[in-house]
Amino acid sequence: MADSALSSQRLHDVPDQLTTADGIPLKRKLAISMRRARWRAFLMTAPLVIFMLISFVLPIGQMLTRSVYNDSFSKALPNFSLALRDWDQSASSDGLPDEALFKLLAEDMAVARKDRTIGRAATRINYDHSGTRSLFMGAARKAKNFEAPYKETFLDLKPKWSNVEMWAAMKRVASDTTTGFYLAAVDRTYDVNNDVVEQAEVRQIYVKLFWRTLYLAGVITVLCFLLAYPVAYLLSVLPLAKSNLLMILVLLPFWTSLLVRTTAWIALLQTEGIVNDVLVWLGIISDDGRVQMIYNQMGTIIAMTHILLPFMVLPLYSVMKTIPPSYMRAARSLGANQFTAFVKVYFPQTIPGIAAGTLLVFILAIGYYITPALVGGQDGQLISNIIAFHMQKSLNWSLAAALGSILLAGVLILYWLYNKLIGIDNLKFG
Amino acid sequence: MKMKLLLSAAAALAITAGSASAKDLTVVSWGGAYTKSQVEAYHKPWQAKTGKTITSEDYNGGIAEIKAQVEANNVTWDIIDVELSDAVRACDEGLIEPIDPSILPAGADGTAAADDFLPGTLHECAVANIVWSTIFAYDSSKIANGPKTIADFFDTSKFPGKRGLRKNPKANLEMALMADGVPAADVYKVLGTAEGVNRAFAKLDTIKGDVVWWEAGAQPPQLLADGEVAMTTAYNGRIFNAVAGEGKPFEIVWDGQVWDLDLWVIPKGSKNKEAALDFLKFSTSTKQLAAQASWISYGPARKSSGALVGKFHNKDIDMVPQMPTNAANLKNATQNNFEFWADNQDELNERFNAWLAG
Repeated sequence: MADSALSSQRLHDVPDQLTTADGIPLKRKLAISMRRARWRAFLMTAPLVIFMLISFVLPIGQMLTRSVYNDSFSKALPNFSLALRDWDQSASSDGLPDEALFKLLAEDMAVARKDRTIGRAATRINYDHSGTRSLFMGAARKAKNFEAPYKETFLDLKPKWSNVEMWAAMKRVASDTTTGFYLAAVDRTYDVNNDVVEQAEVRQIYVKLFWRTLYLAGVITVLCFLLAYPVAYLLSVLPLAKSNLLMILVLLPFWTSLLVRTTAWIALLQTEGIVNDVLVWLGIISDDGRVQMIYNQMGTIIAMTHILLPFMVLPLYSVMKTIPPSYMRAARSLGANQFTAFVKVYFPQTIPGIAAGTLLVFILAIGYYITPALVGGQDGQLISNIIAFHMQKSLNWSLAAALGSILLAGVLILYWLYNKLIGIDNLKFG
Repeated sequence: MKMKLLLSAAAALAITAGSASAKDLTVVSWGGAYTKSQVEAYHKPWQAKTGKTITSEDYNGGIAEIKAQVEANNVTWDIIDVELSDAVRACDEGLIEPIDPSILPAGADGTAAADDFLPGTLHECAVANIVWSTIFAYDSSKIANGPKTIADFFDTSKFPGKRGLRKNPKANLEMALMADGVPAADVYKVLGTAEGVNRAFAKLDTIKGDVVWWEAGAQPPQLLADGEVAMTTAYNGRIFNAVAGEGKPFEIVWDGQVWDLDLWVIPKGSKNKEAALDFLKFSTSTKQLAAQASWISYGPARKSSGALVGKFHNKDIDMVPQMPTNAANLKNATQNNFEFWADNQDELNERFNAWLAG
């Protein structure tokens, strides 16, 4: 008791003005040099930070924004959209807007037609309500000559202008933010009362594809693990000269272009391909009984397993290399048989490598695109192929962004689960 | 010494930068035999005439790249070969430049361009160069008494073997309906109804298990040559070139063909717009369109070119009977309805993808 009182007394006695040789208080001097070190460290990483911001954070942010924000309709038809947002569909007897709104629509259409922006509005509404594109374009072509009564003019032009479902869809797309793309990404849609309903059965695809992607990625990860474990083990125990040779066999395909490896599989596996030819020649199958091994799920699994194998071998190898062989010998000498020694001593030590390999392979696999596109046929496509489709073909970038965001969220959840179960600090990549 | 090195490095940099900007025109098309026909008939003579250089790039159709370049304000393509429905859509969305048809040269016989081009081939933002067609073809060395009608394509009991189809509902749905007995003239009327769409998909269902899907125009001749499919849909010119150029024993079936146009468009904000317009005028002139038809069997978009179409460039093959628009080939044919597709492509694509994945 007295001791501690004494020491605090002593501490108190220390003059808080400890100074360095040039008379600056030590505390300040320390702070300055710390700040300098921090700046230096920051400046050294600055290029990377800036690069990450530009190439990674910004695009992802943009993607997330695009999935909920789409102003192509309100930008093309601004006044009409503004008025439409406040319009109450249930207030009118026929479910249609009044003359004033139709007048705004005609005026906005004429302007948008002149500015060549009407196509974007028509595309946007077409996402939500198919078959309205030509309705919009047709009306826009004539809009500058429209005269009162506008409502009648529109309805006379095409009876479809009285479709209440289309007007409900238009009211939805008139607002810039929407959850519609996320709904579409999980096979849901709005009905005329703005209630969420299931998409027509013949158009349900995305949920099925998400599950298939997870399932195929799982299968590929397991296959990679089963194939890579013995290979990595062999690599780690062989003498250096031999293991180096084997290592080159692992690395060579790793360094070869993805496209080359995928097309090589096409040459091998197609119906008139090498594998089938050999099987026919050996008399295992008949000439007209050739096996379909590509342009289906099997093709995707085979090619992707081969392509992702090095991502499993390398982390496993790097972990196995560090396990001293004496541990197994010790276990054997203490009476364990080979199997028990493996399960109790060797295997647990390779878990960080397994964890790293499976995480790497699984995450790479669920985002794979080129290989399934080339060899997947109709049932070997993954969700990324549909995302690419919406980016490149349908140009529905908002839906692509929504699908991509869901995939990203899935990866983050996996990562979080992994951290909970195994711990991210157990990860070892080599 | 050091300074000198630095200077020469800077100079070298300037030279390479200079040569990079020295390309005068980037022309984008579909690759393979089709691009080759354009290089021979358009690019080479234009380069010889103007002394400018052309960079040729390939793509797989669609307007995604155009949209991306225009929206990012970084347009590197100058003139692009697109399908009609894409030209219409890109024009409506303000992605391509309007083109005044009065700048186009008159036909060789003096007819004004507006009258010389086939009806429907001049668009407010695009000028057609060819008429092409989706047909189906088979290897006559493997099937002795080959298919004659589009219905035969869907008949796997009469003609066993796999089928190649473009991974896209366009043309497939039309062909399925024609095979199911819908008259060519009524195809889009039927396809405009829910029952009609179901009917088309039901017909596709009958061969679904036997289909190999293709995406690039160069794939179907390859699939046929590899024996991977017994018959496949294809662009007629690609099959013709495999036959005429490489001596493949392929046979085209014109019954149930779906014909379409390819047009030149200039993206908004093209850095070489003047050169692009000059190239456009040059390549769609009577002589050049006829010259292209001697390299590939796509019909020229001008009437006056038709008279000049002769033989394949180095062989004794008459090109006229090979054209999609030749009367004998049009007996049971549908023209792609761009308005129908602009309206319904989102829904039908989704339906098609779901059907494919199911």
